[in-house]
Amino acid sequence: MAISLDDPRKLVGLRDQAHQVAMNMLRPISRKYDRAEHEYPQELDLLASMIDGLSESGASSGAGASGVKRDDSQDDGSVRNGTNLASVLGIAEMCWGDVGLLLSLPRQGLGNSAIASVANPEQQERFGDVWASMAITEPDTGSDSARIRTTAVLDGDAYVLNGEKIFVTSGERSDAVVVWATLDKNLGRGAIKSFVVPKGTPGMTVERLEHKLGIKASDTATIRFENCRVPAENLLGSPEIDTTQGFAGAMATFDNTRPLVAAMAVGCAQAALDLTRDLLAEAGVEIDYDRPAIVQSAAAAKFLQMEADWEAARLLMLQAAWMADNRKANAMEASMAKAKAGRTASDVTLSCVELCGSVGYSEGELLEKWARDSKILDIFEGTQQIQQLIIARRVLGLSSAELK
Amino acid sequence: MLLHKNLRPGGRYGIARAESRDPIGYAVAAMNRLAQSDLLDRVGLRKQAEQAVFTVTRGGFRTATSAGRAFARAGKRGAAGRRAPSATPRGVFDLTPTEDEQLLVDVVTELATEVLRPAAAEADVACAASAEVLKAGQDVGLPLLGVPESLGGISEERAVMAGALVAEALARGDLGLAVASLAPGAVATAIATWGTDEQQQTYLPAFTGDDVAAAALALTEPRPLYDVLEPRTTATIDGDDLVLDGVKSMVPRGADAELFVVGARLDGANVLVLVESGTGGLSVEADPAMGVRAASLTTLTLEGVRVPASNILGAADGTTYAECVRLSRIAWCALSVGVGQAVLDYVTPYVKERQAFGEPIAHRQSVAFMVANIATELQAMRLLTWKAASRAAAGKDVARDVALARKLCSDKGMQIGLDGVQLLGGHGFVKEHPVERWYRDLRAISIMEGGVLV
Repeated sequence: MAISLDDPRKLVGLRDQAHQVAMNMLRPISRKYDRAEHEYPQELDLLASMIDGLSESGASSGAGASGVKRDDSQDDGSVRNGTNLASVLGIAEMCWGDVGLLLSLPRQGLGNSAIASVANPEQQERFGDVWASMAITEPDTGSDSARIRTTAVLDGDAYVLNGEKIFVTSGERSDAVVVWATLDKNLGRGAIKSFVVPKGTPGMTVERLEHKLGIKASDTATIRFENCRVPAENLLGSPEIDTTQGFAGAMATFDNTRPLVAAMAVGCAQAALDLTRDLLAEAGVEIDYDRPAIVQSAAAAKFLQMEADWEAARLLMLQAAWMADNRKANAMEASMAKAKAGRTASDVTLSCVELCGSVGYSEGELLEKWARDSKILDIFEGTQQIQQLIIARRVLGLSSAELK
Repeated sequence: MLLHKNLRPGGRYGIARAESRDPIGYAVAAMNRLAQSDLLDRVGLRKQAEQAVFTVTRGGFRTATSAGRAFARAGKRGAAGRRAPSATPRGVFDLTPTEDEQLLVDVVTELATEVLRPAAAEADVACAASAEVLKAGQDVGLPLLGVPESLGGISEERAVMAGALVAEALARGDLGLAVASLAPGAVATAIATWGTDEQQQTYLPAFTGDDVAAAALALTEPRPLYDVLEPRTTATIDGDDLVLDGVKSMVPRGADAELFVVGARLDGANVLVLVESGTGGLSVEADPAMGVRAASLTTLTLEGVRVPASNILGAADGTTYAECVRLSRIAWCALSVGVGQAVLDYVTPYVKERQAFGEPIAHRQSVAFMVANIATELQAMRLLTWKAASRAAAGKDVARDVALARKLCSDKGMQIGLDGVQLLGGHGFVKEHPVERWYRDLRAISIMEGGVLV
């Protein structure tokens, strides 16, 4: 064991491969699907097949939305650089290409991460090839996901779902939706379970697609459930209502997906930094790493500050993934990564637009697009403020009743 | 000096040159002069306690540096010195220190907790580290950390990572005392890393024996917008000698130091030069600052200081100097992480105990979120510092890593110092609590060059 924070040698190939894919497949269609909101990016089908192929061959090192599972195999005491690290490295590169398109990649949805995180082996097998999106948020319930109102009532061999879900990423295109619903509104968090609902199940309707600030390539749907019958074996994890354990089961997904969202923010911010460095160099501004920021131009000093924050976000992201790979509890570190990456992506992308002036603001470059795409990354999978709450509760040792 | 010039307010005491005095201002200035004269003391009007501060007893007097020990020339001139090999990178992302590093951190953490922290407040007032504190640091081998085993030190390979971990652990106790304790090691590390056989054989025994020499790495100069890559201290060749002229500031324990490593410009390139105390033309003056006071900061003036040309340490083309600047910055980053951790450790129980409006203030998001941000940015500072240190240990180019670590540690470190005081409110502003000291100390991170080294 020895401290080293360089990208793991065995994952450098995967990272560089993802970068090439992002550069050569995603960037050329990035603006096209920003303009053509709700149009299906058909180019992605080919890419998804390629990713599946890489997964099958093992060349992807387990990277991807399903790469966030905990490895339960025998612990031999050695340090692992596994699928969680591979996933954040790969996703960051793909989001350097385009966040909206990454979110639209078939079989790479957050629902797939949820299945990987909480499904039993039989369900992993059954839903392994399914493209699953994630439905948690409701019109009246955002960050406070313990208060969801969608109900699931056991009726014979099926659960009957009723309620409305919003902001379902890839909700129209996916094969199935992982839906959070409560078995009993009076039993609080412990009664909240997730269900895999395949598309075409009677009683499930996609009502509308949102028009958004950014990530326009990704469809964001509203889905209604009216007496929608879901096979009982589609309930992920245990059907028992454990009021003492509370939310842990469902929330475990977040410990695993938050580093992925941090990776999206890291990738998006890097895109802005890379281009801005280039444009500044053309304008005669070079960044000198040895001289103090205060003796360089204001633009160079700002750039140094942004790059430092970006590197901080990236290392916090790698830390959270490394902990998951090595079976260390990482709820706090996952939130740190997402909090830092989310706010850094906003500062970096918005400041890069400002530094580049009208070139940055114009649709002629992608800087303005990244400044729109980045905002969602500080909101979904837990807002900045929710991350701060989680971190504060952990650091201070306070319960959610004490620190509300 | 002309009287009218002497009475102009600008150019000192933090007053801009454009400032002018009106008649009342002159009267106040005159009263202040009276207050500063020793007349008051002769008639017994001033409390004795006012005299106790270092700035009066030791400051303001420039003295020639005292001759230290005689360093007997040894070793082969011009022959390459011994070098610790770089650490071998394994290519695995890992945040676990080696067993040796962890052992060292445990020992130093105890030193920081049991010795440095209890002595910190007094040392801050006295602007000096006590002999006991310095001895305790020597006993755990701080000066030898960067010296390879083959030269009488303790490391088997470049101990940059261990150095950073130790600096972090020490500063968690106190920054000023950490700098005082690490200053001799900076010079020893520099000689071990870049010295010739002669330089190593001549000087390193002074650090590896029982009676460790005080020594200082002097790179900072006193002027606004100082850029360490543009030192105004000059070195000129004169026969077989180098002649040094210039001023170095923020030199830790300069008054005690027996050996200096001084940064200077020679033929358009920056170099490090070994200068023994007592050399003619070298004088030292106490220069207490806002913080890091326990390190007895001084200003070193070089006026026609003549040393053998063979006293250049490392390459004369600027590469050694640049490498030294980077490694010193890593040490300051590590120190800032230690101080930041001290702040977090202190405010966490405080905000849980302090009651307002019928409940602990920690139950309020505005307070809790400040703590969350301290914890998040502190961990980020640590990771950037560790990355720079581990890459340096492996012999990789670290210009970018160091720049980013220093930027984050300067900015976020200062924010942590600021929030540490704010979270304690008025209590944070008084010396009953250490947060005001950490606030002063953390301002140093973006300013200091040299002094410490990994």
